Amino acid sequence: MGNSTNAHPAATLTLAGDDLVPSDTLQRVLAEALRTGGDFAEVFIEDRASSSALFDDGRVEELTSGAERGAGIRVIAGDTTGFAHTADISESGLLAAAVAAAAAAKGGGGGVKSVELVRRVGTSIHQVVTPSIDIPKLRKVELLQRADAAARAAGSAIRQVTAGYGDSRRRIQVANSDGVLAADEQIRTRLMVQCVALGDTGMQTGYDVAAKTVGWELFDTADVEAIASKAAARALTKLNARPAPSGVTTIVLNQGAGGTMFHEACGHGLEADLVLKDTSVFKGRVGQQVAAKGVTIVDDGSYAREWGTSSIDDEGHPTQRNVLIEDGVLTDYMWDYRHAVKEGHAQSGNGRRQNYQSLPIVRMTNTYLLAGHEQPDDIIASTADGIYCAKLGGGQVNTATGDFVFGMVEAYRIENGRLAEPLRDANLIGNGPNVLQAIDAIGNDFATGVGTCGKDGQGVPVSDGNPTLRVVGAITVGGTAA
Amino acid sequence: MADLQQLVSTVISWASDSEQVEAYAAHSRDADVEVYQGGIETLSTAETDGVGIRVVLPGPDGNRQGFAYTGSLDTESLQACLREARDNASFGTPDPFLGLAEPDDVEPVSLDIYRDSLASFPTEAKIEMAMELERLVRAADSRIRSLRSASYGDGLLEVAIASTTGISRQYRRTGVSVAAYAIAGSEDDTQTGFGYSVGRSADEIDVPKAAAMAVERSTRLLGATKPTSRRTAIVFDPYVTASLLSILGGTLNAESVLKGRSLFADRVGETVAVNGFSLIDQPTNPLAFGATPIDAEGLATRELALISGGVLQGFAHNTVTARRMGGAARSTGSSVRGGFKSTPGVGCRALTVLPGTLSQAEIISQVGTGVLVQSVSGIHSGVNPVSGDFSVGAEGLLIENGQLGAPIREFTIASTIQRMLMEILAVGADLEWLPGGSSGVTLAIDGISVSGA
Repeated sequence: MGNSTNAHPAATLTLAGDDLVPSDTLQRVLAEALRTGGDFAEVFIEDRASSSALFDDGRVEELTSGAERGAGIRVIAGDTTGFAHTADISESGLLAAAVAAAAAAKGGGGGVKSVELVRRVGTSIHQVVTPSIDIPKLRKVELLQRADAAARAAGSAIRQVTAGYGDSRRRIQVANSDGVLAADEQIRTRLMVQCVALGDTGMQTGYDVAAKTVGWELFDTADVEAIASKAAARALTKLNARPAPSGVTTIVLNQGAGGTMFHEACGHGLEADLVLKDTSVFKGRVGQQVAAKGVTIVDDGSYAREWGTSSIDDEGHPTQRNVLIEDGVLTDYMWDYRHAVKEGHAQSGNGRRQNYQSLPIVRMTNTYLLAGHEQPDDIIASTADGIYCAKLGGGQVNTATGDFVFGMVEAYRIENGRLAEPLRDANLIGNGPNVLQAIDAIGNDFATGVGTCGKDGQGVPVSDGNPTLRVVGAITVGGTAA
Repeated sequence: MADLQQLVSTVISWASDSEQVEAYAAHSRDADVEVYQGGIETLSTAETDGVGIRVVLPGPDGNRQGFAYTGSLDTESLQACLREARDNASFGTPDPFLGLAEPDDVEPVSLDIYRDSLASFPTEAKIEMAMELERLVRAADSRIRSLRSASYGDGLLEVAIASTTGISRQYRRTGVSVAAYAIAGSEDDTQTGFGYSVGRSADEIDVPKAAAMAVERSTRLLGATKPTSRRTAIVFDPYVTASLLSILGGTLNAESVLKGRSLFADRVGETVAVNGFSLIDQPTNPLAFGATPIDAEGLATRELALISGGVLQGFAHNTVTARRMGGAARSTGSSVRGGFKSTPGVGCRALTVLPGTLSQAEIISQVGTGVLVQSVSGIHSGVNPVSGDFSVGAEGLLIENGQLGAPIREFTIASTIQRMLMEILAVGADLEWLPGGSSGVTLAIDGISVSGA
C-alpha cells in the first residue's frame, strides 16, 4: 500500500485546471471577509455534477441527474467562526456571503487587509481515464441489467434485486487569507447490488459494492457479475444461518471486512477536534502504547483511486499519508486548519466537508490497519472457538467513552479451527482501547472496503482496510443464542 | 412563498403536450450557533434553494419516468434540468403504474406549524440561549467535566409543488431546537449524555429542561460496568422508543411490501402485536414535528392507522404504490422525499402510539427486574428491516426490585422485530413528540437477550 503520487499517463491533470472563480475576484472577496477584523478568511467553491440510475424490482426505475454549484465562506476571529454560503458565485453573490460571514464572526479591530493569493503548484494525484459523466446513459443502464440478471441467476430463492449505479464529478477551488489558492477535480464511480432471499426461516439480505475515485475504468477491474453474485450469495448463505451467540467471543476478521471496526475503535478518537474538546479516550496519549505490538494504522487521503481520496482536502491543503499508530504506539492525531493553528501543529490534510453548505471538520480519508506476517489460514486454524466475520456493516462510536458497535453482515462460527455454520446478522460491541490491545494475530494479506462516514450531520466518502486479524477477549457478540 | 409557487408554475408551463411534468421547489433558511466554554465557537447562516423535476413520458407499453435536480434557479439552469429529466425518462422501463399524483377529494388541513416571530428573533438572543444552556449544564452538578457542545439551531422551510396533472400546493414551517452534549466524571470514568428541547419558535424552548436532561443522562451512568449476559425485560426510554417506531414504520410502507422487502407483507388483518399496541401515522397533528399539510407529491396528508389493537391494518402508500397494489388501494398521502434532490418514496411523517396509563416509574415498578435502556447505538448496522433481526449496542440502568439500580454499559440487546411486538409488556402514558418523524413513549418489552460479560 504505497503512497502513489505518479499520475497515470492518461490522467487528467486538474490542479492547474480551469478556475471556477478568477483569482482576482477571490482576492476581493477575501478582503471583504476580513473587513470586520477577522484573523482568517476562506472561500470554498464547489461545482458538482452527478448522475445515478436505479434498477429495482426488475425495472429501470429512474435515472437522476443533478447539478449544484455554490460557495461557502468562513471567517475566523479569535475562537469564533462565522460561516455563510451562497449558490450565487458571481462576484456580487460572493461579496454578500463574505459580508454575512464577517458579521457572524465579528472580530475586534477592523480595517483593510489585502490578500495575495499564491497558486499551490502540484499535480493531481488522481488517475482517472474516462470520466463516467461522459459515458452514455444507456451503458449505465446495461450495467445494471447485467447485475440484476447475474444476481437472479444465483438461485430461485433470490426474490428481489436492487442494483444502483452512481457517478459524480466534483470540482473544488479553495482560496484563503494565508494566500492559499488550490483546486481539485474528484471523479467517483460506484455500483452496488442488494438482494433479498426467501427461505423457510424468512427473508435475508445480501449486499456488495464497488466504489473508487476513478471513472468508468472502475469496471475494468470490478466485475459486475461477480459483485452481483457475491451479494446474492450473502443472502442465500444466511437462509441457513443460526442466531449469533451472545457474550464475549474471539473474533477473526477477514481481510477488508473489518476496516469499519478500526474506523470506529480508534479512528474517530484520533480526530483532533474531538481530542481537544476532551471527548476522546486517546487524549494525552501520544507516545504511549495504545495498541498491541504490530498494530500500525495510517490514514492516507493521497492513496490514488481509493474512495476517500483527493489531491487536496476541502481547506486546500494537500492530502498525505499520516501514521496514527505505529507498532502499537500512538504517534499523532488527524488535523484540520483550525485545530492545527490553535495547537501550533501542522495540518494533515484531514479538513473535509460534505459540500459548500458545510463547514470543514476533521475527518478520516482512507484508514488502514497495515498487514502483518501471519498466514490468514493459520489464524483461523489456531482459533478453537470464535466467530469469523467475512463482512462487517456500519458502526458507531462514542469517542468519549471509547465504546463502539458495528454490525456483522456475513459471519460464520469457528469450531476447532474450522469455519462452521453461518450466523444471522448481529451487532458487535467493544471498547476501542481494549480492542486495540487485544489484537493477537495479524495476517499478511490486505483488502479495503468503502463507506460513507457521518459526523456532525455531514457525510463524506471514506475507505477502510485491514488484513485478516484476530481479537481475543474484548468483543461482545450481540446475538440471541445462549 | 409566492416566488416559489411562481417558479414551479413556470417550470410546468414548459411541458410539451406529450409529457407530464412535476416541479418540486424547496427553500430553506437556517441559523446555527455553537458555543464552547463561554465563547461563540460557530455562527452560521444559510439559505438553500433547489428544484427537482420529474418527467413522465406516456407510451403504448406504459409510462417512463426521469428525474433531475438543480441548486441554481435561473431560467437557463431550470430549462437544462427539465431537458435532463426528459432525457433520463427515455431510458426508463415502461411501467403502466408510473405517473404523477392527481388531485383527490381530500383537502389539506390548515396546520399551525409556522411562526412569523422566528424571522425577527435576534441573533444575540440565539447566542444567549446557547450560552445559558452551557452555563446551566456546567453549574448543575460538580461531576460535569465539560461539554462537547451547546447549540441553538433554527430553520424555516418552504415547499411548493406543481404538476401538469393539476397539483398546485405549498406549505411552510419553522422549527427551533437547543441541544447540549455533556461529559461527566473523571478521565477514568467518563460518561456522556445529551439533552434537548424543540419547538416551532424560540419561546417554545425550555432551556432548563434541556440542561437538566443532559446532566441527568450523563451523571446517572457514572460508575457503569458491563453487565453479565441474560434474557430479561427491557424498558425503553421515550427517546429510544421513537427510534424503534421509525424502524417499524419503514417496514410498513407499501413500496417495501410490493418489492418483497417487508416482513409484514401478506399479514394485513393478522395479529402482529399485543392487543395494547396501536401504531398511527399522524401527519396532521400540529404537535408532531414531522407534520405537513401535504405530502411530497402535493396530496393532502391524512391520519393513517397501521396497527390497531395489535392487528395490522394496512400500509402507507404514495400514488404509484397504490396504483400498483390495485383494488381499493389509494394514496394515503404518504409520499416523502429527502429534499429536492430525491424522487418521491413512501414513508411516515409522524408515527405515534396510543398511550397507556402508567408513568415510567410505575412501569419500572411493574417490571420488577430488567434493564432501563437510556440510549442505543448501531441502529443502522444492527437492525435488519427485511429479516427483522434486531441487535443494538445499549447503555442504561439495571432494574432491581422495581427500582432503578446500578448503571451499565458496553452491552447489546437483541431480539427480532416480530417477537418484540408480541412481547410488549406496557406502553407508557408519557407520550411526547420528539424531533424527527416519531413520538416517544416509555415502552417495556420482555424476552430480550442482553449480551455482556
